Amino acid sequence: MATARKLADETHSNLPFAYRHYGPDELKEVLRKMYLIRRFEEGAEDSYMRGLIHGTMHLSIGQEASAMGICMPLTAEDQITSTHRGHGHCIAKGADVKRMFAEFFGKTTGYCKGRGGSMHIADVSMGNLGANGIVAGGIPIAVGAALSAKKLKNGKVVVSFFGDGANNEGAFHEALNMASIWKLPVIFVCENNGYGMSTSTARSTAVKNIADRAAAYSMPGVIVNGNIFSEVAEASHAAVERARAGEGPTLIESKTYRYRGHSKSDRNRYRSKEEIEDWISNRDPIMLFEADLKEFGIIDDKGIEAIREAVRAEIEAGIEFAKASPSPDTADLQEFVYTEPA
Amino acid sequence: MDAMPRELSYSQAIQEAMAIAMEADERVFLMGEDIGVYGGAFQVTGDLVERFGADRVMDTPISELGGAGVAVGAALTGMRPIFEFQFSDFATLAMEQIVNQAAKMRFMLGGEVSVPVVMRFPAGSGTGAAAQHSQSLEAWLGHVPGLKVIQPATPHDAKGMLLAAVADPDPVMIFEHKLLYKMKGHVPEGHYTVPIGKAEIRREGSDLTIVATSIMVHKALEAAETLSGEGIDIEVVDLRTIRPMDKATIIESVKKTSRLLCVYEAVKTLGIGAEVSATIAESDAFDYLDAPIVRLGGAETPVPYNPELEKATVPQVPDIVTAARDLVRGKR
Ligand SMILES: Cc1ncc(C[n+]2csc(CCOP(=O)(O)OP(=O)(O)O)c2C)c(N)n1
Ligand SMILES: [Mg+2]
Repeated sequence: MATARKLADETHSNLPFAYRHYGPDELKEVLRKMYLIRRFEEGAEDSYMRGLIHGTMHLSIGQEASAMGICMPLTAEDQITSTHRGHGHCIAKGADVKRMFAEFFGKTTGYCKGRGGSMHIADVSMGNLGANGIVAGGIPIAVGAALSAKKLKNGKVVVSFFGDGANNEGAFHEALNMASIWKLPVIFVCENNGYGMSTSTARSTAVKNIADRAAAYSMPGVIVNGNIFSEVAEASHAAVERARAGEGPTLIESKTYRYRGHSKSDRNRYRSKEEIEDWISNRDPIMLFEADLKEFGIIDDKGIEAIREAVRAEIEAGIEFAKASPSPDTADLQEFVYTEPA
Repeated sequence: MDAMPRELSYSQAIQEAMAIAMEADERVFLMGEDIGVYGGAFQVTGDLVERFGADRVMDTPISELGGAGVAVGAALTGMRPIFEFQFSDFATLAMEQIVNQAAKMRFMLGGEVSVPVVMRFPAGSGTGAAAQHSQSLEAWLGHVPGLKVIQPATPHDAKGMLLAAVADPDPVMIFEHKLLYKMKGHVPEGHYTVPIGKAEIRREGSDLTIVATSIMVHKALEAAETLSGEGIDIEVVDLRTIRPMDKATIIESVKKTSRLLCVYEAVKTLGIGAEVSATIAESDAFDYLDAPIVRLGGAETPVPYNPELEKATVPQVPDIVTAARDLVRGKR
């Protein structure tokens, strides 16, 4: 946002990165989008409970700062690959919640015309190449997109989001190695929420930090507190600069937490109520961000209330749009299996 | 007075079979993603970890290729692993170890070794899980000599065939339709086996043979019930094993009815229906046919998310009723 006035000056030099780098309007927009992600997911969850959405879904509530922070330095042309827990990435990259809801409702106005649902949500027009039902499935794809960017010399940078569980798939290791030997403009973002389904990283992963894996592939491995927007954004800016300069990939480990169960069938037996409560009460990314914004005089309670109200209205309109949209015709079952002849 | 026959769900039947196998043989153990405290994505392992401990109900990292390979290696060297894939779709990640290693090891080494591994694959559509979590890939593995591939359709068979699989010296792949997990049925107590490689006639009839697999067996039985009201008498053959296929039972049935309809959920072309049809075409049952053979299979498309589209990709009871009626009434 070129028009935004920067806070940065002599007196603010000790502020955290985001409050030096972005103007107040940009920061308020970040807060708005973090709320949009959370309310979108709450709306989707509620619609699921009411039987308006079928299948399953994976909610990223509690991980909003990670999605937002990573996407801040990306342009609309830059690309991402996402995961089964991809609603936040999709919104952070610029998707319209109307068309996301429509997809969840299985309607033709949805981003995937009702064929993909939550697990395959995408917005190709904004560079989101799609969520993925296969753990680690998007990582080599991102490397391929970065290879295209390098060959086409179009200056694009690609971000691959994935979870901690994905770091034990072969695809992860093969992809990081190739990105490194070919110095591709790709950023690997591991959103480490402590668990792959029920299995903690301590039980699944031989290294303490996922970022430690970076050493094996000669790239920087950076750990950030994924619930602090500014920290995430700072690491993302550095990695994007490095990628655009042709210096190769970076692995960012964003340590965060999911509040909800893995999916709709989780009994939460592998973690304690206290652990969940602690994250919700003490480390909530939106709460922390709001506190900073208030402390630095960027927003007041009234301003926050206005954002919440606007988001509430946008979510409501999104759900109404989805409900009113048409369903695909079963006669069109074969559509999109192959490219239609021109 | 006889007690009511004991009923278990399909998933409980599998769980009981695994418990019996582990009780009986120290070498049997379970591997898979989230099969411990989580109880498995479909709660098939349930609380087995509490009974047998984490050393015998082993959570693996999310590493299908490596995990399946470790199971193959353990089976090769004296253990009896049962490996659970969280969804059958993830077999695609482990194809190397299943197809190149497990299936061929005994052959390549001139019979010096065997690989008594069991792999379980929750399969099929109907859960709104979209294209990467709804496939029916059993014919892929059925194409590979060295593997045995089974699709139990009832709780009774799920238990008995799993116990047969554990006792089998060769790799056995079990495809379990996710929509069957909650289905209840009579399951005897204790140890018993249901043979691999043997089809079962679920309903006798004289006008038409329906050869069906897995969940389609139940849909075929429902269709047969409907059509019996119209005076059409259908025989339903539950294939149960797709490799090695019980050709004799199919041939005998078609000789009796003179008509064949194959019903399966997987994509129609290049699949089980082609194999069953060819079995008749190549046998003397061919001379008995009064009508062309008909296949009802999945649409030639990935499974869509939208529930109406999803339903339309796989044969439903009315589709079977129509196809069977047309066949018998000579409209084909
Ligand atoms: C190849 C593959 N294996 C297993 C699964 C089933 N599964 C879906 S999400 C998931 C856990 C993923 O954990 P993580 O990568 O940490 O992401 P998170 O869910 O925590 O965001 C599992 C096991 C899958 N979808 N794909
Ligand atoms: Mg995780």
